[in-house]
Amino acid sequence: MIVSVASGKGGAGKTTLAASLISVWDAPVAAVDLDVEEPNLHLFLRPEVSAEETVFMEIPVLDEAKCTRCGACVEICRFKALAMLGETLLPFPEMCHGCGGCLAVCPEKALSPGKRELGVLVRGKIQGNEFFAGRLRVGEAMSPPLMREVKRSLAAWLEGRVSLGAADAVIDAPPGVSCPAVCAVMDSDYILLVTEPTPFGLYDFSLAFEAFSPFGKPMGAVINRSDIAGAPVREFCRDHNLPILAEIPFDRAVAEGYARGRIAADVRFSLRKTFEDIRDAVRSAVLDAQQGGQACVK
Amino acid sequence: MREIVVISGKGGAGKTSLTGAFAHLAGSKVLCDLDVDAPDLHLLLAPQILRREDFISGFEALIDQDACTACGVCADMCRFDAVVERHGAFAVDPLRCEGCGVCEAFCPTGAARMAPRHCGEWYVSRTRFGTMAHARLFPGSENSGRLVSLLKQKARELAKEEGKELVLCDGAPGIGCPVISSLSGVSLAVAVTEPTPSGIHDLERVCGLCDHFRVPVAVIVNKWDLNPEMTMTIETMSRERGCSLAGRLLYDRIVTETMAVGQAVTERPDSPFAGDVRRIWARIEEFAGVSRRVSL
Repeated sequence: MIVSVASGKGGAGKTTLAASLISVWDAPVAAVDLDVEEPNLHLFLRPEVSAEETVFMEIPVLDEAKCTRCGACVEICRFKALAMLGETLLPFPEMCHGCGGCLAVCPEKALSPGKRELGVLVRGKIQGNEFFAGRLRVGEAMSPPLMREVKRSLAAWLEGRVSLGAADAVIDAPPGVSCPAVCAVMDSDYILLVTEPTPFGLYDFSLAFEAFSPFGKPMGAVINRSDIAGAPVREFCRDHNLPILAEIPFDRAVAEGYARGRIAADVRFSLRKTFEDIRDAVRSAVLDAQQGGQACVK
Repeated sequence: MREIVVISGKGGAGKTSLTGAFAHLAGSKVLCDLDVDAPDLHLLLAPQILRREDFISGFEALIDQDACTACGVCADMCRFDAVVERHGAFAVDPLRCEGCGVCEAFCPTGAARMAPRHCGEWYVSRTRFGTMAHARLFPGSENSGRLVSLLKQKARELAKEEGKELVLCDGAPGIGCPVISSLSGVSLAVAVTEPTPSGIHDLERVCGLCDHFRVPVAVIVNKWDLNPEMTMTIETMSRERGCSLAGRLLYDRIVTETMAVGQAVTERPDSPFAGDVRRIWARIEEFAGVSRRVSL
């Protein structure tokens, strides 16, 4: 089972919740940081890193001697990664989305596969559990290609473990509701949305609900800093049949602990029970969805 | 004309709350919300929409089932696994489709076609602090970088028309395409951070990005009292990197209290927090080279 921890708004408590869930998980679990632009999970889980692999995207490299300037590649490219300037073909590798259209269409085989560095795929261990993360190269604009590599690596690990019994994954997703967030949550079995009852928190939460509902996956909400500001998050959940798995009141000690790299479950021992309850609720919702098929009513 | 963008790397550091306050304090300006993915500035500024336009960008593949012979070329050629086969019929998953058009180019029967994508809307609005350009990307959509570029261009045009000296932008979290687009041509990036391991880690990356594009950075440490030692570390690191220090702010409930009633935090002028924000804004104007016609 794969659980994604997501939220429209940044700073709502995704990483804290993901790290705390992992710390109370009672089966083999992979901690997965898919916020590749600003990965933070490692700062709280402190994995022993075993491998860092540089990940690339395939981009076209031009052999000018073979190029007849026919323009077929410029025509197929919808990302302006190839342009004809007078009699010269100019590749703009930073614009390339790696679709491979130009390589396939070139009649002279003047374009060959080259690569652009996307970032690093990190693997490691946390007290016997697995750790996966992506770290985008600073200056790289596109995060989904690196995220897909991390997901591929995770899928291979989950696949390899099938014969050993159940293994789960908890994904720390990027903020927002556009392509990176969608890429992070789209293949998970459960989407856990973190929010706070502020106007910003509620608005971004409603966007996230709208963005992720079409996947038809079971979803639930955790209301963080539940006693501040008073925006009607609970009413939103009720009106949209979204179960509230926990409400966590503001606690300055937790905020100060976080500021020192400690996760909520370790700062307030009483919170461990809250995170265990969230874990159990998520698990039973996924089982219901798998068995009944209709647990998630949209 | 000067242009300031407020960014942070880490979400939830206080970008939008501070942008709202700066919008209140700045003299001659046009406002712009570049966090098109999860925009929140409008919740503080209650914009009255004057102009509304569709944002159409990029493409999405569609397969005409009548023309499709189920040869599978599109599925073989698609690098994004966006063409799915179900019971011998091929269809495109719009959430995976990158809009590259490779399926259309190689489909032997012309069944795969590209259609323009309606990704969101953008607006020009009137607010109590001045004109604002903002947008809403439909949830799950892409091309946020292009929408950011478009909004910036509109905001600059508006500033020119109205004879304004400054474009003040609220940025997106992260370091990816919308943030990169938001940095183009700015006079100053204001990086809002917090003294937490995530805050310092993400600040370093976002400063690296600004260095990459040669954009000067001014740093604000918000909620500094959560970890005073780390605040000092951040300030030292920022100075060593060549960033300017705009100041520190306490972790104060007034930020959520004012947000809850749709006010900028400086609209409660008698609070010590508002005084700190005013001093920070004065420094930012200086760093960005904004001329101050009206003294506060």
